Amino acid sequence: MQLLTVSQLTRYLKASLESDPVLQGVWVQGEVTNYSASSQGHQYFSLKDESAQMRCVFFRGAGSLQNRRAALFSPLGAASVKLRNGMAVLARGRLSIYETRGDYQLYVEEVEEAGVGMLHLRFEQLKQQLQDEGLFDEERKRPLPRWPQVVGIVTSPQAAALRDMLRVLRARCPLVRVILAPTLVQGERAPEQIAAALDLLNAQGEAEVILVSRGGGSLEELWAFNEEVVARAIARSRVPVISGVGHETDTTIADFVADYRASTPTAAAAAAVQDMAEWVRALVAHRTRLTELVEDHIDAWRDELARCRRDLLRASPRGQLASERQRLDEASSRLNERMKRVLEHRQERLKSAAQHLHALSPLQTIARGYAVIRHEGTGQLVTSVTQVEASDALDIQVRDGHIRGVVWHVLPDEGEL
Amino acid sequence: MSKNAETEFAGLTFEQAFERLEAAIQALDEGDLSLDDALARFEEGTRLIRYCAHLLETAELQVQQLLSDSSGAVTLAPFESEQ
Repeated sequence: MQLLTVSQLTRYLKASLESDPVLQGVWVQGEVTNYSASSQGHQYFSLKDESAQMRCVFFRGAGSLQNRRAALFSPLGAASVKLRNGMAVLARGRLSIYETRGDYQLYVEEVEEAGVGMLHLRFEQLKQQLQDEGLFDEERKRPLPRWPQVVGIVTSPQAAALRDMLRVLRARCPLVRVILAPTLVQGERAPEQIAAALDLLNAQGEAEVILVSRGGGSLEELWAFNEEVVARAIARSRVPVISGVGHETDTTIADFVADYRASTPTAAAAAAVQDMAEWVRALVAHRTRLTELVEDHIDAWRDELARCRRDLLRASPRGQLASERQRLDEASSRLNERMKRVLEHRQERLKSAAQHLHALSPLQTIARGYAVIRHEGTGQLVTSVTQVEASDALDIQVRDGHIRGVVWHVLPDEGEL
Repeated sequence: MSKNAETEFAGLTFEQAFERLEAAIQALDEGDLSLDDALARFEEGTRLIRYCAHLLETAELQVQQLLSDSSGAVTLAPFESEQ
């Protein structure tokens, strides 16, 4: 057995409370009593029910971060509740011990009136449940069709939201056909009807995208879109669903499940169809492109034609004749040239031969003092003593004339005979 | 021979006509068409553009309402919405 001081025990209890995860984030339902507020803005009160009560302290600024975050994801916003005695509330906070007095108390981070608070709790619980089931997963989101021709709408036929959506569709893309699946959008029967309308559009089968929509309203008026039946009907829809509920600041469970979340009915309609102005722009661009392309084709064929013409001319018989003729011309002029050169060469040779001949002529020899002797009768050249006898008549040619004479005597040289 | 684009393509949705237009452009873009084919594609594209423009000009939003009777049979009826 261990002996403890009061402080030790209190600290031990405090530590064990603060290490309990359940007690560190707990919602408590009860009625406010013994309410007081300090000049610093801290609020002190007790929560009680028929048989018990507990101390609570709500420090100024406590839990404000959580409240801000909750405001982003809850339909309730961060409206702060003005507490008073007798008010039924839900308070969220952590349990701890105020050591000085030994009181255990709830350190409040968030307080809501019981009615709204219950809706908030249901919202958070359903959201958590569906999230755990994977209904909000990005992979589940189906792409919206690029060219829906039939747009389904689930909303009230009387609602301003429907008029807004039809106005947007008419302005952006009057090519589409709208199929309205009428339903209540608020009240007890609304959730079942909305789910049935979604199923009906799926069964009918023409709609390529479905708008689930309602105009702005109070939390209670929008509540149908936070009901599980609606969430499940959206999840099982084969056709992609666009949600557009309330104003920009409203977020419903339907928004989380939908394939595309639009902030308002108008935005949902705009998201469903392409703006006709885009098509007009696309058509203009296509016309320009078409003209450019056909001009490219014509240019390409024109180039091709020019190339063919060149090839054809090169290959034609007429062209071939012309080039043969040209070759012939060239050959004949080469021939002429050659002939001319040959002739010139011959002339040249002739001339030099003539000169040579001249140099060899006996006349030249005679001129130097020699004589040419021939038989007077036969004209035969006499170059030897054996050719003549005494009394033969001879013709002796000298430089400037002929001498006629008769042989007296023939005297051969010694050793010649 | 001038064809009337509205009657030639009657029954084509805007989407179908637009896709045919894109197909004509793609065929021209790929470039191995005969000149006749290229010109035919160009003229088809031009008529498709005229047809699409005609659809856009004359389109009027059609609104129907889905009604189911007690037997569960589903019918479509025109929905009169104040403009």
